[in-house]
Order: sequence, then structure tokens, then C-alpha cells
Amino acid sequence: MDPKIETKHVNFYYGSVHCLKDVSLQIKEHEITALIGPSGCGKSTFLRTLNRMNDIIPGARIEGEVLLDKQNIYERSLDVVELRKRVGMVFQQPNPFPKSIFENIAFGPKMLGLSRKLNLDEVVEKSLRAAALWGEVKDNLNKSALALSGGQQQRLCIARVLAVEPEVILMDEPCSALDPASTLKIEELMQDLTKNYTIVIVTHNMLQAARVSEWTGFFLLGEMIEYGKTVDIFSRPKDKRTEDYITGRFG
Amino acid sequence: MSKMSAKSTQKLAKAFIWGSGFITVIILFLIIGYVLARGLPQISLSFLFTAPQGGLSGEGGISTAIVTTIYLVALTIAILIVPGIGAAIYLTEYAKDNWLTSIIRYGVDTLAGVPSIVFGLFGFVIFVTVLHFNFSILSGALTLVCLLLPTLIRTSEEAIKAVPRSHREAALALGSTKWQAIWHVVLPAALPGIVTGIIICIGRILGETACLYVTMGGSSAMPTSLLSGGRTLALHLFYLATETNAFEKAMATAAVLIIVILVINTIINWLSHRFQARMHGGA
Repeated sequence: MDPKIETKHVNFYYGSVHCLKDVSLQIKEHEITALIGPSGCGKSTFLRTLNRMNDIIPGARIEGEVLLDKQNIYERSLDVVELRKRVGMVFQQPNPFPKSIFENIAFGPKMLGLSRKLNLDEVVEKSLRAAALWGEVKDNLNKSALALSGGQQQRLCIARVLAVEPEVILMDEPCSALDPASTLKIEELMQDLTKNYTIVIVTHNMLQAARVSEWTGFFLLGEMIEYGKTVDIFSRPKDKRTEDYITGRFG
Repeated sequence: MSKMSAKSTQKLAKAFIWGSGFITVIILFLIIGYVLARGLPQISLSFLFTAPQGGLSGEGGISTAIVTTIYLVALTIAILIVPGIGAAIYLTEYAKDNWLTSIIRYGVDTLAGVPSIVFGLFGFVIFVTVLHFNFSILSGALTLVCLLLPTLIRTSEEAIKAVPRSHREAALALGSTKWQAIWHVVLPAALPGIVTGIIICIGRILGETACLYVTMGGSSAMPTSLLSGGRTLALHLFYLATETNAFEKAMATAAVLIIVILVINTIINWLSHRFQARMHGGA
């Protein structure tokens, strides 16, 4: 099967700093790919090249190709807005808008001009159900999203992404601000979501990568050191540096 | 030794800060209390609803000044809002950090420190004379717009900057355009700060005299259009204080002015809170 996303020799510069060095990898459809590595290794930067979120940072420059269904997303003719609709993102800190729960979920469809075609009530319910949050908030849809707990807020942010029905969901350390119980819920949720979505998750929690992902890439100092099946990476890493990292010798 | 001195420094600082706050409040209450005590007894329905008669004795009321003030505030704010907030959005969201924007920022900061009479003279030349708006509410409003633009731009800029970047990123990552992110997420979140800026501007309009003296004339007649001249409450107060011996009337006018400012601030604060509550889903 063709990869959902393929990067070819991606180099990324922030000003004169070379943050990503010749990163090539393939991300399989309907599976979870985890990117691990110590802080500052470039894994988040790499994730943000996949939906062009780095575009908004002044002084950023990218070389190489990022193919989504074989189409280079850095082509001039490509519509970034359309791309970000197909490749959604969940951030490290839960970042609901200071609006009601309903308005948070309805935001994407509204901005994409879908609110006339769709029944927003249905979209909101479906998205919240898919994010395993419906039962907890169904009676309070008009309440402020900011009144939810951190874990609920993060699931709300996932629901908000689901509402625009992307193909790929990028998650940038989605559990680092959450307690273990909330983390577990999000991990279970991710497993459910692979039925319909391709997920790429950045995490510095190696156990999390081992628990949830099918594939793992190990980043170090802007380079992708090793990429393969998660079981292989964690049981018999090929590279000494990968082994050192996963056995906790640094990082 | 050093422990003791740290503790006593702390105490001293606390006393100083307390004292400063206390003195500020006392001065505030003294002024407002004095004006209200002298002015309030003079206020009556006939004072509010009759026009000033002019003359050395300052006979009559302040009806025309109230109407002129309302017109002037409404017109000035109406003209001011779009370019003021627009420039703030441009500077924060679109402008690149280069020599052009630093010149704009420098200009904005400098203009904010120019005395209002200088704007008055500018307004007199451009709006009153060259553009033939004569002494009018329109000339006064346009002059005030020039005077207040820097203030509104700066306060709005700060309010917009204070909206976390994560809100913008969340909106963009959901496939919204940059403008949608600004309009639907950034501006609503910045609104309380922007409203504060507008309140500051209204306060300055109500208090301004010098630049209106040379752009609105000072007619005590009821304005019939935006091209009518007129006098605001503050300007009327200035005339009463300098050209008549009606000191009690001046105090009454000042009391009305203070009450108007309090009422406007209260209403706008209330509106802003209501809007915020709606934004936050009524929680």
C-alpha cells in the first residue's frame, strides 16, 4: 500500500539554524506513527512541516518534498487552507477557544463554509462522541470550554479537529500537560481513531510511543536516526544511539 | 543584620505603596466630592433642558452642550474605530518588522505625546479652512480622530498581542484563513482590551477643550447638523469659568460631566462583560 505521507530529504532551517537534516520517511495510512527523541531534536518541527504550520514562523525555510497522497504539499499551487483541512493538528497545551463547547466544535465547519450544508448539531454530537467526550458534556454544550478540565479540554480539541473530518491528525505531545488518567483516555481514543484516521504523534514519553504506535521514528539533533516497526525499535534497535535513548542512558 | 534590613525594607515598601494608593484615592475623592457637593444642588431639570443664554452672568442651562457632546463623541468614535483597530491589526498581524513599521510605530508614539492644541491648529488649518467644514462638530470630530488615533492604535495593539499564539495556531490548523482566525478568534479575545482603549478615548473627548476651542467655535445654539458649530460640556465649562462670573453654574456643569463619564464607563464595562460572558458560553 502506498504511504499516506512521504517525506523526501526534508531539510528545515530556522534562520541560520539547521533544524532538520535530510529526513525521509513514510507514514502508513490508518496507523499510528510515533516520533520520539530528546527535547530540541526536531521532532515537533518535523511534525509541523506536515501541515505547513511552520509557514507562520518568520525566517523559516524548508527544502525537500512532503508528499500527501503523492502530491507535494509545498507546491506553489497548493492551497494551505485546504491542506490544513485534510491534515489536522492537536497541540501540546490544550487550546480551546474562549467560546462555548458547541462553538469550539462548530468553528472548523463554520470557517470552511460547511454550516449551511451540514447540520451543526449533528456534527457537534458526532465529533464529541468520537472523542469520547459526549457523555460528559452533552448537557452543557453552551458552557465555556475553558471550564472543562485539562483532559476534557484536550479531548475537546481532538473533537474540534474531527469536526472538519481530516484524513491525518498530527498530535504534538498531546498528553504532556495531562494527568495519567486523562492520558490513558486519550491513548484509548487514539486507538479508536485509527479506524478512520492516520495519526502521527510526537511524544517524549517512550512508554506512550511503545503503547500506542505501530511505527516509531527516533530523532536526535535534527536527524532521523532510525525508523521502523515500534516493536523492533524497542526490542532490537539497530543504532547504538537509539538503544542508548530507549534504555534511558540519555534524554 | 541583613535579615532584619530585608524585613524592614519590606515593611517600608509596603507602607510606601499603601500610602501612595491612599493618597491617590483621597485626592480623587476630594476633587470629585468637592465638585459634586458644589455642583449637584445646582442641577435641576430646567438646568439640564434649557440652552445657555450667554452673557456675563452665564444664565441658562446646558441642554445644547449635552447634545453637542453626545454628537461629538458618537461621530468621533464612529470615524475612529475602523482605522484605529485596523492599523493595530496591520501592525500586529501583517506588518513585517522592518524600517517602515518601525517608522510607523515611532510616529504613533510621537503623535501620542503631542499637545492637543497642536492638533487643534492642524485641524483649524485643514478641516476648518482648507476643507471648508468651518467651525463644526465635523471639524472637531476629525481633529479628535487625529488626536486619538495613536492612543487607540497602541491600546488595541497591546490587546491583540496579548491573545496567545496558540489560539491563532488552533484556528489556522482547523483550515481557517488568516483573516478568519483574526476576525473570529483573535479580535473577540482582544475585545475587552480594545474596549478599554475606546473608553480612554471617550474620556479624552469629554475632557478635551483646547483643540475643540479652535475647531468647533463655541456656539451655544442647538446643533442642527454635523456642520453646526457648538460647545461640548467641557468647552462650556471653560467659557463659564473664563468669561462669566457664574461659578456655581460651572460647578454644576462639571458635576454633570463627571456623572456622564461615570455612566458611560459603567455602560461600556457592562457591555464588554456581557459580550465576554457570551464568548465564554455564559459560564
